[in-house]
Amino acid sequence: MNTTATPTNPATIAAPTAPTVPTLPASAAQHAAEPSSDIASRAVPTLIPPVDVIEDSTGITLIADVPGVAREKLTLRVEADQLCIEGDLSMPMPPNLEAGYAEVQRSRFRRTFTLSKELDAEKIGAELSNGVLRLRIPKVAYAQPRRIPIQAG
Amino acid sequence: MLRSVFPQDILAEFERMQRQMQSVLEVSPSIRGLGRGGYPALNVGTTPNSVEIDAFEPGMDPTTIELSLERGVLTLSGERASMLPKEDEDTTLHINERFAGRFKRVISLPDDIDPAAAKAEYRDGVLHVSIARLETSQPRRIAVH
Repeated sequence: MNTTATPTNPATIAAPTAPTVPTLPASAAQHAAEPSSDIASRAVPTLIPPVDVIEDSTGITLIADVPGVAREKLTLRVEADQLCIEGDLSMPMPPNLEAGYAEVQRSRFRRTFTLSKELDAEKIGAELSNGVLRLRIPKVAYAQPRRIPIQAG
Repeated sequence: MLRSVFPQDILAEFERMQRQMQSVLEVSPSIRGLGRGGYPALNVGTTPNSVEIDAFEPGMDPTTIELSLERGVLTLSGERASMLPKEDEDTTLHINERFAGRFKRVISLPDDIDPAAAKAEYRDGVLHVSIARLETSQPRRIAVH
């Protein structure tokens, strides 16, 4: 099932500073995509959005450049252990436009990543602002660093 | 930069790398190397009444984008701040593909543009610039009596 990045529960997101803070509903995060729509999206040649990936002790932050993609055209999907980011660029063009020089010739972004087991795909948070997508993928609770108290004995 | 802003697919990337390899193996390559002018990616198109330019530069504060038009040359420059946190013993940077830093790109425009009629809009990370052509350059029918 495809989920688009629309804000379903804005009240539960802690202190959003960016103008739009969409999150994946937890129940939808693990559903497999319909095969026909997946094949259709693979048939279209796509651009690969550049990303920065930073890992800290509590999770992974992924920042992707998806300029030209409006929030309703951005799709984030998790299938088993694969995270897929897809978006359609909207480039409004006047009707009689003749292209002279185009460095961006495709209108779709797509990139997938395999998430390792200690990442909690149910709790992915996503934010899209000015064409920059920012994802936060926390590690599952047991994988986060914990201090173990030592009893005197 | 040694790679395109948006790689298209593995075959296109190999072609690009092959061209770059050839220029590196030249006897005397350019002192400025392979050239940086890759960021931001630009699309330029024309209509009979205007020139339309799209610059793909996400994550900018629109008030800091420097756009100027002088003697038929449009200059687009600015600085994209890095969104990366400071690296310390707790954080690891695994992938770093996004451009950060100062950039500048220059586009020469046709002679018939009207420098006073330029508009720019920044939406979803794309800067769209539209420059109207001078009225006098529009084709006009001449009536025959």
